[in-house]
Amino acid sequence: MNDHNYIQHNHNSDGIDRRGFLRCMAWAGTGVLWTVSGGILASKTLAEIAKAGSPLPKATDLSFLQISDSHIGFSKEANKNVTETFKIALDRINALPMPPSFLIHTGDITQLSKPEEFDTFDQILRSCRTKDVFYVPGEHDVLNDGGKLYRERYLKNVEGKGSGWYSFDKNGVHFIGLVNVLDLQAGGLGQLGEEQLEWFEDNVKSLGVDTPIVVFAHIPLWTVYPQWGWGTSDSERALGYLKRFGSVTVLNGHIHQVLQKVEGNVTFHTAMSTAFPQPAPGTAPSPGPMTVPAEKLRGLLGLTSVQYKQGNTALAVVDSNLS
Amino acid sequence: MNTFISRITIAALFSGFSLFALAGEMRDAGGNGGGQNKIEIKDFAFNPQSITVKSGEKITWINRDEEPHTVVSVEKQFKKSSALDTDEEFTITTGAPGTYTYYCSVHPKMTGTIVVTK
Repeated sequence: MNDHNYIQHNHNSDGIDRRGFLRCMAWAGTGVLWTVSGGILASKTLAEIAKAGSPLPKATDLSFLQISDSHIGFSKEANKNVTETFKIALDRINALPMPPSFLIHTGDITQLSKPEEFDTFDQILRSCRTKDVFYVPGEHDVLNDGGKLYRERYLKNVEGKGSGWYSFDKNGVHFIGLVNVLDLQAGGLGQLGEEQLEWFEDNVKSLGVDTPIVVFAHIPLWTVYPQWGWGTSDSERALGYLKRFGSVTVLNGHIHQVLQKVEGNVTFHTAMSTAFPQPAPGTAPSPGPMTVPAEKLRGLLGLTSVQYKQGNTALAVVDSNLS
Repeated sequence: MNTFISRITIAALFSGFSLFALAGEMRDAGGNGGGQNKIEIKDFAFNPQSITVKSGEKITWINRDEEPHTVVSVEKQFKKSSALDTDEEFTITTGAPGTYTYYCSVHPKMTGTIVVTK
């Protein structure tokens, strides 16, 4: 045990510090369960929730789950069976003692926007006990048709505007799904565009400052690493409209790893993929799919069954996977 | 001379491209892909990033990444490719001399330049 990147001593009663928590999420995060209680959002990994003795959300709380980047149709070295790992992710969701109220999928449902890929995704999703799913598109979902097929399939339960953005309310929480993967400009990043920004400003204008806000979009709405296009060029303007609110949570996908940042009242969070990992910012020649040894893949996707079944603390999970 | 100009005009009208456009066209993937002017897409970059060719020559892009990429003219001066999966190719035949910039519409940080000479 000489790897100083990870926790070796547990000084806290909960057994988790910030780094350990994020590491745990990186290993265990099939999805992240978000709970809203008194306007404050807190996230827990599925492994933690499933663990005996972990506090479950109260009946009056709202719980939902974020899944992302399923990339159905991808079959390269980094994961030759993304369908299977997506299934496993759903199995984990189905095994939760208390099912989430709904799911949010933050994009890249498919690899190449093919109808048969969307079909496969829909078919697998039928096995999920949680039926209510809200989507935003990733760039892989809108490759050749500007998102027409995506919109036909995944905006049935919402009142989609423009290229597919919308809002809805659940238990007093205001949710906004944004599209930042269309009409991208040469040399630029993700983009919301004037029409969507105007709608956004209008959408939140009449809300009280104590309304908890959840914004979700595929590409990060904060500048993670512009050299790899991991950011949204006009997200600052959108975030400006949210400055007066007491609780804002921004959920993104795209980068296939857990990163979190807190800035004032805004918490930014990116989710794991169910398909394949991508390198940490700047640690590889490109942000392309990262091939890891087979035995590590499911761990990076948060699907390591050992940690789940053993009901160990997060720290034990981390240690066992590093060995 | 008048006849020559009108022929060009008619050709331009029929092709739907401006007189200064590259005549873009999709070619089937496979084979040697249209000659020596090859641009490899690798690690989210066009290699070479800038290429100089003579008017009328072909350029072929081949995607060596595991990620789909596209080839799209910034000024819409030639037909854009569809999303190219791994090892898929896209070929255009260059037209009028000039400098043309293009990018990947999926990963817009990726840009390239074509210089067409006489």
